[in-house]
Amino acid sequence: MLSRVANSIYWLNRHIERAENTARFIDVNFNLILDSPAAISQQWEPLVVTAGDLPLFQERYGEVTAENVIQFLTFDSNYQHSILSCLQSARENARCVREMISREMWQQVNSFYFMVKEAAPEQPTCVLHEFFTQVKLASHLFAGVMDATMAHNEGWHFGHLGRLLERADKTNRLLDVKYFMLLPAAVATVGTLDEVSWMALLKSASAYEMYRKRNQRITPTGVADFLVLDREFPRSILFCLQQADLSLHHITGTPTGTWENSVECTLGRMRSELDYLTIEEILQRGLHEFLDDLQRQVNDLDDKITKTFFSLEPAQPLRV
Amino acid sequence: MRFNTYDPEHFYDELFIEKGQPRPAATPLTTRIDSLPEGELQQRQLAAQNALFKSGVTFNVSNDTQGRERIFPLDITPRIVPAQEWSRLERGLKQRVYALNHFLADIYNHQKILKDKIIPQAVVESADGYLEPCLGLQPPRGVWCHITGSDLVRDRDGQWYVLEDNLRIPSGVSYLLENRRVMKSIFPELFRTMAIQSVDHYTSHLLDTLLYLVPDNVPDPTVVVLTSGSTNSAYFEHSFLAQQMGVELVESQDLVVADGYLRMRTTKGLQRVDVVYRRVDDYLLDPLAFQRNDPEAIPGLMEVYQEGRVAIANAMGTGIADDKVIYAYVPEMIRYYLGEEPILPNVETYMCWDRQQQNHVLANLDKLVVKSANGYGGTGMLVGPAATTAERQKFAELIQSNPRNYIAQPTLSLSRVPALVDDHFEGCHVDLRPYILYGKDIYVSPGGLTRVALKKGSLVVNSSQGGGSKDTWVLTD
Repeated sequence: MLSRVANSIYWLNRHIERAENTARFIDVNFNLILDSPAAISQQWEPLVVTAGDLPLFQERYGEVTAENVIQFLTFDSNYQHSILSCLQSARENARCVREMISREMWQQVNSFYFMVKEAAPEQPTCVLHEFFTQVKLASHLFAGVMDATMAHNEGWHFGHLGRLLERADKTNRLLDVKYFMLLPAAVATVGTLDEVSWMALLKSASAYEMYRKRNQRITPTGVADFLVLDREFPRSILFCLQQADLSLHHITGTPTGTWENSVECTLGRMRSELDYLTIEEILQRGLHEFLDDLQRQVNDLDDKITKTFFSLEPAQPLRV
Repeated sequence: MRFNTYDPEHFYDELFIEKGQPRPAATPLTTRIDSLPEGELQQRQLAAQNALFKSGVTFNVSNDTQGRERIFPLDITPRIVPAQEWSRLERGLKQRVYALNHFLADIYNHQKILKDKIIPQAVVESADGYLEPCLGLQPPRGVWCHITGSDLVRDRDGQWYVLEDNLRIPSGVSYLLENRRVMKSIFPELFRTMAIQSVDHYTSHLLDTLLYLVPDNVPDPTVVVLTSGSTNSAYFEHSFLAQQMGVELVESQDLVVADGYLRMRTTKGLQRVDVVYRRVDDYLLDPLAFQRNDPEAIPGLMEVYQEGRVAIANAMGTGIADDKVIYAYVPEMIRYYLGEEPILPNVETYMCWDRQQQNHVLANLDKLVVKSANGYGGTGMLVGPAATTAERQKFAELIQSNPRNYIAQPTLSLSRVPALVDDHFEGCHVDLRPYILYGKDIYVSPGGLTRVALKKGSLVVNSSQGGGSKDTWVLTD
């Protein structure tokens, strides 16, 4: 298929998944507010830190308040990773490949975009909590519509690849937010708060019930293990990489476990490393360092995908 | 909603002979509409608009950064063309397109028509659409104008005229097809009883027309539709046609000339392209050939095209025939190349480069319509009777400073069809754009896109200027 079209479907899915996950980040804090003793202050700064855009935020907004952070991450159309900007990009990508996707997919992207665009940013935060739930649902609806109405062809697999890489990256960052939040709490060592905050994290990843079925007791190690290495939970990093790997091999036709280009090589290596890693080893190395390294690898993978599939140049120089 | 108060007045009406007397071919339609319960027609009108919007049958509003789209309004009262009348139009259009194709082949090769002084050489060479790099071009199978969208109009006396030929990149066929799809759900009972000719074969014929251009030894040819992108006002149509034919919709950034062929960038490498149905202007095709350094163009395409290793529809250089001065010579072309009398007449045209005709035009600016030779979409024209003295003065100066660029025609009184305006029928002026495909044979879509000026009294039917459309029902014998 056309490189440009593959690129658009890939980014259509990444942007939608990104919007969903930004809603999840904000949700961690909402869950904390709802579940914590009143004395615990909200921590909004880590959200901007993990997004990697603290300097930009400070320059534009100054003070870190709930309102400012939510405005920045949700409705700021000048910030390219805000939910609104993500949906704008998703819609632009969808528009350019309308003849390749199903009518239902286009309609869902369109109504998703208008839902966010028309949501008034001045609403009280308790109402916004519901809004972020709607964002998550709209993203699921898109994924479901794509799954059920688009042929599972090469384009579909590029979309799937994009969605799962984005999700792996964001589950990673979600865990990282938690890491930043725990820093002050670790000093105080409040046992109950710790459990509450891990529960909040699980809920934000829609992982609470699934986690309970697997592990019952909530422990930091158990949660990290579940979100990084679980083989069945669809938002765990390993699960995302496994599925991404399958889609990649559908695209290239190379048998899984083998490779012919640098994308297959890199993803295969990442996946198999996680396949044989234990959570104890990860914690020993340091969770934050591990997550940081993985994030770098996902970025590197994205570069390689772009070079291999999307920005093709003819081998010979043009005669001009 | 009843027709009993509808008055065609002194215009030629496509559905009525006079007040209260529908034309025989239209009687089943008017009877049916008259029998609908009060308010039902408006309901159906609303349902039609919703159906079009839902399926995204839109055009982009130019210069709108929000990416807003508008639907091309469909008025659900159709226009009806009796079978016999249509078969004459069909023959006339075929004749015209054959002659135009002869002309294009001649003008870029032997130029016999110039040597025989049927058309002055200066008129051809000064035309904007005349492309010197196309001299000597031999497009595959000798076809130049694969897709033509001639505009036909009917005057007060019921006589049909060809208004222009549109051999560059005529648009609108997607509205014709989508309108028909919607109309079938709006008036299913009439489609069952009235023997209306189907238009659904268009995209199959279009694909055949394009595939006909591939040399016999290419086993699995690749056809693409080339668009300038999603901001183009006709982007819906580009993607619609690509989708209906099951071919790739490409932008120029997807295409590259490599190893002597046109190729597209795919996830599996560079893939050869055999036929390009281009929906972009000539100069956007190759910056080298046309010395326009447009970033969207594809360097080297012209050379591959001249060597016959890729087919382009319409051929490069067809724009010469859209020049309104060249248009004036089409009846002569028909006589010259085919040895026949034209079946469909031109609108009488005064060419301002001729001093005598120019004097006539300048003396009658208040009665004539003046058009620039290269204008389209209703731009660059003066409707004399409706213009102010200042506007006429401006055009008088334009004509005198560049006479080659202007023609004038008598103001036609375009025929009308009743259209739903608020709670009653209003007579609205229409034209007709049939789509003509030149492949192995010539195929004319039965009917075409009827464009209607929905603004009261307006004669301008262009989508960009507040026009709408109607379905066109060509009946079977």
